[in-house]
Amino acid sequence: MSFVDTTTAPARLSPCWGCIALALAVVASVVASFAYLAVDYRQLFSDESMRLMAKFVGEFFPPDLTPPFLAKAAWGALQTFAVAAIGTLLAIVFGALLALPAAGRFGIVPRLVARLVLNFLRSVPELVWAALMVIAAGLGPFAGTLALALHTTGVLGRLYAESLENVPPLPERALRDAGSGRLAAFAYATLPLVAAQGVAYALYRLEMNIRMAAVLGFVGAGGLGQLLYFHLSIFQQAQAATLLIAMFVLVFAVDSLSALVRGRLVPAHA
Amino acid sequence: MAPLPVPLRDPAARRRATAALVALLLLWPLLVLAEFKPWQLFAGGNLQVMASFLAGFLPPATAPDFLALLWKATLETLAIATAGIALAFVVAVPLAAMATRALAVSRIGPGPGRATGAAIRTATRALLTVLRAIPEVVWALVFVRALGLGPGAGVLALAVTYGGMLGKVYTEILESGDTRSARALLEAGSPRLGALFYALVPSTAQELASYTVYRWECAVRASVVMGFVGAGGLGQLMDQSMKMLNGGEASTILLTFLALVIVADALSAVIRRVLA
Repeated sequence: MSFVDTTTAPARLSPCWGCIALALAVVASVVASFAYLAVDYRQLFSDESMRLMAKFVGEFFPPDLTPPFLAKAAWGALQTFAVAAIGTLLAIVFGALLALPAAGRFGIVPRLVARLVLNFLRSVPELVWAALMVIAAGLGPFAGTLALALHTTGVLGRLYAESLENVPPLPERALRDAGSGRLAAFAYATLPLVAAQGVAYALYRLEMNIRMAAVLGFVGAGGLGQLLYFHLSIFQQAQAATLLIAMFVLVFAVDSLSALVRGRLVPAHA
Repeated sequence: MAPLPVPLRDPAARRRATAALVALLLLWPLLVLAEFKPWQLFAGGNLQVMASFLAGFLPPATAPDFLALLWKATLETLAIATAGIALAFVVAVPLAAMATRALAVSRIGPGPGRATGAAIRTATRALLTVLRAIPEVVWALVFVRALGLGPGAGVLALAVTYGGMLGKVYTEILESGDTRSARALLEAGSPRLGALFYALVPSTAQELASYTVYRWECAVRASVVMGFVGAGGLGQLMDQSMKMLNGGEASTILLTFLALVIVADALSAVIRRVLA
């Protein structure tokens, strides 16, 4: 065992100029941001606005827990769940269909085209898709479903394509060499290897889509979000508080359920 | 040699068919609830409205005064994200220091305050969960009602939600590393802050910073989305253009948004590589 000699001072390390420059740049950009926004924070935290804010927050309590409104909130939560579930389901179907060419199973050109489509679908945010779909399909939960389906298709398609590319190719080769058809070889050799991972990805997206579906209502796509937007617009804070609680419960319930299911999924390989 | 008889039927066919049937039965009420009516897309000239709107996307609007407006909105979006993350950091650091088990003096040995310490940590964790459970857009909507339209609401919404997220992840990062040095300092009588800065932060600084930069990148995207409820920036501009069915402006804003996200991604990747 060696002992550190503490009698001599340690050699001075040369300062990390890169870190210092980076830290200065970060501080400068934060200061610049606050300056650019020029939000009057002094006024924000003045007695007057603090009192208004406190009054505003106070109006959220107590939440409206009368049975008719609870029923309305529960219905909104169910609709939000339905929008998220159907949207995710559509995305699983179309994501899987696009993942096959994107994984390079049909040659190089379909691969590039499919990846381009997936990237485009993924990079437009759900809320923008929703604003577009409201124009196409009219106000209502169907627009939200389509918006979630479009964005999630891009996300799941890319993840599925990556799992398809990473899966060991030999089982499918073996079936093909034994004279099996292309479809059967894929369905009985490759699909079982990626299915568990695919379900795990889908559940993870479902959790995110539940949150998103609640938000999509703001642009008129139904569910809890639309109710919340409505009640906040007419300054009914007690009702809004109930809806926020419902959102919290829904998110929590779906997260716990999905964690439970995901814990039981065992990937077939790896 | 005669070929072996090959079963042509899928042995699992019946089970799979049953599962599919049950799934369809469960799906039906969901389809009804989501008002799943694809034919609506083709009814009542909806498709024509959409087509003419999309046709308006080309060419993208390039009028000088619109571009000036766009430039201002882009800067505003970046400023909202940066200021929001800065505030979130201020919210997250004390909460993370309170919630982390790596700095718990009471866990070192039997003694007074064990139950109190555990209760404080649990309460802090619960607070972090509540902060991040409601999406930032919802907070933005609430703050717009309280503070009026403008970037202030977006900054505060980011501070709340991202404060919760950063706090939770900081707590976990602080616990995931080697905590023995912190424990040694605490056992030798160091205050908690000393143990935090001389033991925990040096070994996890890179991970902490890299996660914060990643969150900034997410905040850029979120601040665009929050604009749709009136919290300023590119989103608010896009909402206005969409409502006026101005396809040219919408496509310019969409392109700017995509470029902004790519630049933020690249910048965050560069910073994280410098930190690594």
